[in-house]
Amino acid sequence: MIAESGHYALVLALGLALIQSFVPLIGARLRDPALMNVARSAALAQLLFVGASFTALVMLHVTSDFSVANVYENSHSMKPLIYKITGVWGNHEGSMLLWVSILALFGGLVAIFGNNLPLSLRAHVLAVQAWIASAFYLFILMTSNPFLRIANPPIEGRDLNPVLQDIGLAVHPPMLYLGYVGFSISFSFAIAALIEGGIDAAWARWVRPWTLVAWIFLTLGIAMGSYWAYYELGWGGWWFWDPVENASLMPWLAGTALLHSALVMEKRNALKVWTILLSILTFSLSLLGTFLVRSGVITSVHAFANDPTRGVFILLILCLFIGGSLSLFAGRATALKQGGLFAPISREGALVLNNLLLTVACAVVLFGTLYPLAMEVLADFKMSVGAPFYNLSFVPLFALLLLAVPFGPMLAWKRGDLLGVTQRLLAAGVAGLVAVAIAWGWARGGSALAPLAIGLGIFVIAGAVTDLAERTGLFRLPFAATLHRARGLPRSAWGTAFAHAGLGVALIGIVCETTWNSEYIATMKQNDVAHVAGYDLKLDGLFQRQGPNFREMIAEFNVSRNGEALSTMTPSKRSFTTRGSSTTEAALLTRGASQLYISLGDVTAEGAVAVRIYHKPFVLLIWWGPVLMAFGGMLSLSDRRLRVGAPKPARAKQRLQPAE
Amino acid sequence: MGADRALPEACLMTLWFVFALMTVAAIFAVLWPLGRGGRAERQDTENQGSEVAVYKDQLAEIERDLAIGLIAAPEAEAARVEIGRRLLAAAGSETAPAPRSNLKWRRAAAVLALVGLPLVAIAVYMPLGSPRLQDFPLAQRDRAPGMAQSLENLVVQVEQHLEKNPTDGRGWNVLAPVLERLGRYDDAVRAYRNSLTYNGESAERRSDLGEALTATAGGVVTAEAKTEFERAHALNAEDPKANYFLGLAAEQDGRKDDAANIWRALLAKAPADAPWRPLVQSSLARVGGGSTAPALSDETMAAAKDMNEGDRGAMIRGMVERLANRLKQNGDDVDGWLRLVRAYLVMGDRDKAMGASTDARQAVANDAERLRQLNEGLKNLGLDG
Repeated sequence: MIAESGHYALVLALGLALIQSFVPLIGARLRDPALMNVARSAALAQLLFVGASFTALVMLHVTSDFSVANVYENSHSMKPLIYKITGVWGNHEGSMLLWVSILALFGGLVAIFGNNLPLSLRAHVLAVQAWIASAFYLFILMTSNPFLRIANPPIEGRDLNPVLQDIGLAVHPPMLYLGYVGFSISFSFAIAALIEGGIDAAWARWVRPWTLVAWIFLTLGIAMGSYWAYYELGWGGWWFWDPVENASLMPWLAGTALLHSALVMEKRNALKVWTILLSILTFSLSLLGTFLVRSGVITSVHAFANDPTRGVFILLILCLFIGGSLSLFAGRATALKQGGLFAPISREGALVLNNLLLTVACAVVLFGTLYPLAMEVLADFKMSVGAPFYNLSFVPLFALLLLAVPFGPMLAWKRGDLLGVTQRLLAAGVAGLVAVAIAWGWARGGSALAPLAIGLGIFVIAGAVTDLAERTGLFRLPFAATLHRARGLPRSAWGTAFAHAGLGVALIGIVCETTWNSEYIATMKQNDVAHVAGYDLKLDGLFQRQGPNFREMIAEFNVSRNGEALSTMTPSKRSFTTRGSSTTEAALLTRGASQLYISLGDVTAEGAVAVRIYHKPFVLLIWWGPVLMAFGGMLSLSDRRLRVGAPKPARAKQRLQPAE
Repeated sequence: MGADRALPEACLMTLWFVFALMTVAAIFAVLWPLGRGGRAERQDTENQGSEVAVYKDQLAEIERDLAIGLIAAPEAEAARVEIGRRLLAAAGSETAPAPRSNLKWRRAAAVLALVGLPLVAIAVYMPLGSPRLQDFPLAQRDRAPGMAQSLENLVVQVEQHLEKNPTDGRGWNVLAPVLERLGRYDDAVRAYRNSLTYNGESAERRSDLGEALTATAGGVVTAEAKTEFERAHALNAEDPKANYFLGLAAEQDGRKDDAANIWRALLAKAPADAPWRPLVQSSLARVGGGSTAPALSDETMAAAKDMNEGDRGAMIRGMVERLANRLKQNGDDVDGWLRLVRAYLVMGDRDKAMGASTDARQAVANDAERLRQLNEGLKNLGLDG
């Protein structure tokens, strides 16, 4: 009953989405409020039914109902409860159901909180949401149905891929999807604006927070995924320029650009057409990501060609939405009113530069992701584009962007004073140079560029601090006045500073990890001692343990430094009987922002074990950075004020006047 | 078993009742805004956001910022002027669209919800859903009578027990032959290995492991299997199974004299009532009688076809069947697939050969390299995709 009701609920959601796709549009054309309002109640009902459907699938997984093919293929009765739940989206069908559930959630949120939107705009937005939803409901029902049944159910399931049996699966995909799918809102708003033929201030006021929400989740999702890969795959790598990773990075880059251009639009009523285009592109890249990951085209073009139903269906959705929206854009963009004007050197100008660099960086990643696929299809030649390509293309672009980051928030709206800003950033620049000098003197080996990159990171952080100091009048005004101003400072200003500082923090982490990490690979016997980066790691012994659905071999290491015992580390290797496969559970020891990392290889016949030990200096900064960025985003989101970009009058003094 | 699980009529009624309720709820969601009174609609229309409202809010915001001291007076003035300009433009162009109710379209939408929604739902659900199958959560199944006794269920119980107590050597000993009989050769190999680990060495266990390994290879005594038989032989030179398979290995290597010698020695020492005597005798006849090709080779197959002897034909069919079963469970083995296709071709069963090659393509579809090997092999056999 649960299985069939869940299935039927999904079908009903499809029916509602179809109605929501057309009725509100007709209503908007006829200016009939009742017909337009169908969008709101249909979106809420859709959320209800998809939610019920998703809950049903979760319940089937929890109760191990192997009469459902999806449960049989991806679950096991002995699996711990948490992995039974996370296993729901640890497979293709379930993850697509999660995708549409989140889509419905966003639609429902627009329906609930969209009361201050013009009626026709809301109707259009929800109709476009329903188009996307209908396409994906059909995709799920026709090609990836999680509710298909087995008439004679097997007694035991096939278990979930052991690599996925980790807490990371509970957090990473939902976060990532909240990000991916969240961009559908700005997409729907863009399409609605194009259909209506105009963008007004209400539009801009709405799009930015939604974009911000999606961006925060995507940032956290990517960071989480990277950390997960770092500790689970056992190689100590945290980013591989793998197509699946690129698929999430591209919407992030475009989304970051969108976030900044939406800001210009909200505050200054400028960059309208560009913002619309970015909204379309960002969501298109999310769809592209879904296609790349879900169609199997990455594993092999041939595999895709052999079972093309799913891939072709998503490709069709992709072409329909990207092609359709871009043609609509081409046809209607010229009709949009152009907004406020600004000088090239101004906050707006800086944001345009930011957009330019981000979109080019995004294009580079897109090229690097699709080129090998194209080669495989056209020339039947398998190749991979890896770090060397991105180091030469993506990295310089981002270095340039980071160099410009501190200038942006300090330039005035409409017309800015680059020289003045440079003077005020002098302290930050000096801090950066000092950091370069220190890094140069301290570093042993590694790339000559590394100290420069660290200096850049410090410059970005110091720039963010300078911006705050300038705004609050720190060192310039009495401390009490500074405090008063700091309290009055919009949270969005704090958010900007945190997010930008997060970039610097992540950069320092990346540079330190890639340049100065040390590794030790050897076969160790009991009581052998490894010396890595000043730490002594003694292998105390190997022993076996039985987990709920796996057996594990644990190695115990005693870690000491200069003869002083610090801790024990217990990396392990788990073997899962049902799938006949094994995973490596790395052991991590955190010391400040640095980490010791041990992962186990195979055991030799003599009872020795292959061990990889890494010391990764400041590696945690790589993830603290994005967390800081997301925190900045949340601060900015919590700022419920309106945003007005007050321009500096042409002949006004450059300095802010004390308020009192 | 299927009959047990079909829904009784009463339950089926409940299910349809639930479906009906859900459908009604969905229809209501569409009808509700259509049926609301005119006053509610007017309220909605008045409350809706507009450009003018946003600009007015922005002007108020500037005053607040000025009061706190976030922006200076000249900047506030500049911003006020700019927003004022936009406000005027917006107020000029904004002709509040008068809400019009269109009864004809509202009725059409209502009909769409009342008729279209259930129709779409049924049309999509019926071909996909299985309304007659009831839920079957694990907790409920353990209590199901009849199920508990089935061999597979017992195996699962033993497996679960061993998952928790992997050092129970006796359990592995019991489980391994059952798995082999069920055709789960890979699992049987693992079980025999565990049995060896926890029960200790013995010629019998070594040769059982070798037999399971041979079974996973579709009847071919692989190098790995041969090592196991050799170890068994070293432990006990008399072990009949090890001797038989060492002979088979020699036969498959083309050393038919060696095979014959091994088997002859085996028969000489065998008790008269040994159950495996006929098997060894027929094997000996095979190598002695001239047809000395490896098992499952073209020649053997052809010979089997010509002679059409009950025993040998059955044996070969059994082998082919086992190979097919094994490939059904683990389809990664390109060589296995090719062997199977060739076997069917030699047996003159072209349809089955075509079927097997289709299955093979599907099984290795995820691996480009294997797929290429498979396609080449099939081409060599004269089967083109």
